[in-house]
Amino acid sequence: MVKFVDEELVKIRKEILDMWTLVYDQMRNVCEAIPTSEKEKAWDVLIREKRVNASELKLDCDVEDFLVLYNPVAIDLRFALAMLKINTDLERIGDFAENIARFIIKQDGKHIDPELLKRIRLQEMVDGVLDMLVTSRLALEKEDISMANSLFEKDNLLDEINAAATDVLAEYAKEHPDKVAFCIDFKGVFLRLERTGDHITNLAEEIVFYIDAEVLKHSSDKTKMQMAIASRMKEGQN
Amino acid sequence: MSKIEAQHVDFHYGSFHALKDINMSIKEHEVVAFIGPSGCGKSTFLRLFNRMNDLIPDTRLDGQITIDGQNIYDRSVNVDELRKNVGMVFQRPNPFPKSIYENVAYGLRVNGIKDEAFIAEMVEESLRGAALWDEVKDKLKKSAYALSGGQQQRLCIARAMAVSPSVLLMDEPASALDPISTAKVEELIHEIKKDYTIIIVTHNMQQATRVSDKTAFFYLGQLIEYDNTNKIFTNPSKEETQNYITGRFG
Repeated sequence: MVKFVDEELVKIRKEILDMWTLVYDQMRNVCEAIPTSEKEKAWDVLIREKRVNASELKLDCDVEDFLVLYNPVAIDLRFALAMLKINTDLERIGDFAENIARFIIKQDGKHIDPELLKRIRLQEMVDGVLDMLVTSRLALEKEDISMANSLFEKDNLLDEINAAATDVLAEYAKEHPDKVAFCIDFKGVFLRLERTGDHITNLAEEIVFYIDAEVLKHSSDKTKMQMAIASRMKEGQN
Repeated sequence: MSKIEAQHVDFHYGSFHALKDINMSIKEHEVVAFIGPSGCGKSTFLRLFNRMNDLIPDTRLDGQITIDGQNIYDRSVNVDELRKNVGMVFQRPNPFPKSIYENVAYGLRVNGIKDEAFIAEMVEESLRGAALWDEVKDKLKKSAYALSGGQQQRLCIARAMAVSPSVLLMDEPASALDPISTAKVEELIHEIKKDYTIIIVTHNMQQATRVSDKTAFFYLGQLIEYDNTNKIFTNPSKEETQNYITGRFG
């Protein structure tokens, strides 16, 4: 057993899991702040975004050092390559949290109509995103391919809610002509949550690549769905 | 058709079973790297291809090895002719105590060639082929021992190339060389593969990835995995291979 290589791998793994937690906290805090447009929470997210960026840079450097100093091959190489890509995706999710925080600050403390929030299924969307972030982190931590594959199916719900949100907001804008600008901005929030789902499926693809050397990137939705169904069946058997 | 084919090869040193049921097919102009821990049988297997193990007493080979469809252990095979066709480069450069020119000409002379013009032509061609000509063309009559270690190793490659083999066996050819000389030998392998089928034994994983098309991993006399080099080093099929190449062996 080459202890010093393993020590590096453990260090990088811890850093990426910490980054995951940081990004999850950012997303959770900003999502909690949406209904009541809590400016303070939004500002906290903006401030902590700098930590997300700093973590990204540190991880990039550490993985680059690992590649150069240890010349990893096979599963170690796949781990390093996957961590680089996961790092980029997590940073992008952090950016989305920042964008949503700016939307909240723009609302200047005005609460969003609870009836609209219900119709547009905000809570369901938020729960979906946060659940996917938790599941993806666990999938890496436990190196569980079934868990990673389950994320492709979960992402479909986010796509569906986002697609329906356009009609809901268009209708709401007709009913409240003074809220047209708000509706356009709010659609942006849904778009970012939906894009977060896409980035989480990228994380899942990288986890599968690391563990199984299977390249899912650009494979059809059908293939991913088949894998999701297979993982469900496996869970059922267990 | 394969250039080299090994079928159910077993090899014994006395009672020691050194190679166990090895099957391997190597295509023409392929570079194949043999990797594995010391004592795994990779050099033993390499030396079977030009019958170098014949020189060791109390050894036994079962199975069949063919080169260009000819069983090289057939009674009708002339071993000298075989070794002309299957050249070998060793771990440490081993030039003869002769001039640079005579080292390369040696194989031709012992094969009975007396035409000096032809020999001179072959010496130049071989030294050019081994990427050494520009460095030695003005000192061909000097002793081969005056060359650096890396140059001596390329001289040995030129010596092997002079008798026009079709297969080159290399047993850790760069393990005694500095990084620059190693890079030159590796570059040379890359350049000459268009004309030769090359088998290289190496303990250097990066060297295997840089120079070979295919890699064979041996362990305890068995061929554990044989596949395209990029497959072996990104996603090996066997856990033993992964443990070895990532340094988690044992």
